[in-house]
Amino acid sequence: MRNDKRSELDLVAVICLLPSLLYVVVMFVYPFIYGVYASLQPMKGEAWSFKNYISFFTDPYQFKTIGTTFALALPNSVVVVLFALFVAYGMRRGIWFERTITTILVLPISLGVIFLSEGILGLYGTNGWLNQILLGAGLIKEPLELTHNFIGVILSLFMQQFPFCFLMLLGYISGIDPSLESSARMLGAGPWTVFRRVMLPLIAPGLAIAFALVFVMSFAVFPSAVMVGQPAGSTRTISIAAYQQAFEQYDMSYASAIAVIMGLCQMVALIAIVLMRRRMVIATTMGVGKR
Amino acid sequence: MGDSIDKLRVSITKRYGGKTVLDHLLLEIRGREFVTFLGPSGCGKSTALGIIAGLIPPTEGEIWLDEQRVDDLLPEKRGFGMVFQNYALFPHLTVFDNVAFGLSLQRKPADEIKERVATMLSLVRLAGYEDRYPGQLSGGQQQRVAIARALVLHPRLMLFDEPLSNLDAKLRIEMRAEIKQLHNRLGLTSIYVTHDQAEALSLSDRIVVLREGVLMQVGTPQDIHDRPANVFVADFMGFRNFFNVKLAPSAGGCVEGTAKGLTLRARATAGFAAGEDAVMAIRPDDIRVGKSADGVNTFRGKVELVEYLGRGQEVAIAIESQGRIWLRTTEKTALGDNVEITLPPDKLVLLPRE
Repeated sequence: MRNDKRSELDLVAVICLLPSLLYVVVMFVYPFIYGVYASLQPMKGEAWSFKNYISFFTDPYQFKTIGTTFALALPNSVVVVLFALFVAYGMRRGIWFERTITTILVLPISLGVIFLSEGILGLYGTNGWLNQILLGAGLIKEPLELTHNFIGVILSLFMQQFPFCFLMLLGYISGIDPSLESSARMLGAGPWTVFRRVMLPLIAPGLAIAFALVFVMSFAVFPSAVMVGQPAGSTRTISIAAYQQAFEQYDMSYASAIAVIMGLCQMVALIAIVLMRRRMVIATTMGVGKR
Repeated sequence: MGDSIDKLRVSITKRYGGKTVLDHLLLEIRGREFVTFLGPSGCGKSTALGIIAGLIPPTEGEIWLDEQRVDDLLPEKRGFGMVFQNYALFPHLTVFDNVAFGLSLQRKPADEIKERVATMLSLVRLAGYEDRYPGQLSGGQQQRVAIARALVLHPRLMLFDEPLSNLDAKLRIEMRAEIKQLHNRLGLTSIYVTHDQAEALSLSDRIVVLREGVLMQVGTPQDIHDRPANVFVADFMGFRNFFNVKLAPSAGGCVEGTAKGLTLRARATAGFAAGEDAVMAIRPDDIRVGKSADGVNTFRGKVELVEYLGRGQEVAIAIESQGRIWLRTTEKTALGDNVEITLPPDKLVLLPRE
């Protein structure tokens, strides 16, 4: 009898899952498989081959986009996560005008990348306000080059991703039982020791997840790399390479291969982070509830 | 063990916005004393403890430990131990590392840490649990780790913030005895916060009863239990019957109080004169079923409500014009029974009318 009940429940569960399964298949699994398939068949009717992959890895112009993308995504992720950690940790017990401050910090999410990039050009561009002010005040002789280069992309990525990361970490940190901090203080730990020996180990798993998300988002950077970066040179990321193959060279197959390589890079990074996280989590998941 | 102190003097006020949560709390606690802050939730007892610990800044006031002023010291510099209601163990550290936490901050040599942690763990009967994580322990074990973690540093003062509230009834009684034993054995000076009067009575040398930030009574458990200073303390300590009376003199060292046609006789108490308004109070356990020899304080009423308590029962008896009187009896009573009850004059306590 009990088993019957069980399988009945499972059936209901499967039926309930169907819509989301369908969504995943249509929106992700099929395009993914199609992309892999397309990347392996350079010309319609031609035999399958790794030609596209070979030409990507043998052409330094294409190959070095991986390095370029890592060089953007990695420092950006580190800076975003550290800064978000700093702000979220400071706000963990609540501060004055918390709602207002949180709203201001989170606002960039609602603006969209294009608007944000336009804003960055207007403020930090060669003729932007910042340079005008500094030039007018006589503090600099030549305008600072903050856009159409590496710095511009980092600025844009930071503004897009900080709010997500901040919100995630704030939720994570304020979920930690405040009496842990009090008890550490009572045992003789100053604020820095409390952070290092009690809070940081407890935050670390959340930090790893935040880092993974920010990294994956940064790795796929495209609009800001084009608008505030230097898409032909220092910020020619792997997504730009794929775009150019697809819509400038009209070589969908090669473009698919680049997209697959990009996905693999993200996956390798994710796996590395998850493996590191697992080592950190072993102890903390066994901890007391209330988190 | 424990560097014993001579006395702790507290004089603090705490206001949040316009609300006063502690109103000039003035206390002196002697070395090796076990003092309990007792009161319902919101009475300010935990705030008072937090201020003494240094975790909450007082609005005004001073705290002196012997000849040292400590209220301007950070909590980590005070050298007090504290045990929290929810244990507050570090979930990412083993039992050993939790207990060793404070010692390692003091950069004690590894051998000494190992030895002191081992001694302390065996004292709280947790030897052999060194490598477990807090999440693998029961509530009682976790609280014992928390106590060991504080005691291993030989604190000048131990602060307990409702440490037993999260435990079940049986464990609470066991742990209560353990805490008392540790206090005596180690010669600690302890301040203990609770809302449970049984805990306060069984543990304390002195009890401090608080109500909405105001000190209601300070005294030994016997004082608080037998001679509550006011209606609030009496109510909190289990007096369940209160009579608003006007006092009149009576024979044999007694006073008489009349309330709504009921005449009660109680032992005369200093400070209460004839003609005054007062409150007479008595516990349900002190009321007897049956007539008194001289008919004094004997009333007849009807059983209105019976609460079974395992050992005996608590019965509400409706007395004409006086409402309910609660008494505790082992005699079988049923709803609607007509019963005679006696309120022994020496058990009636006189309290000031508020």
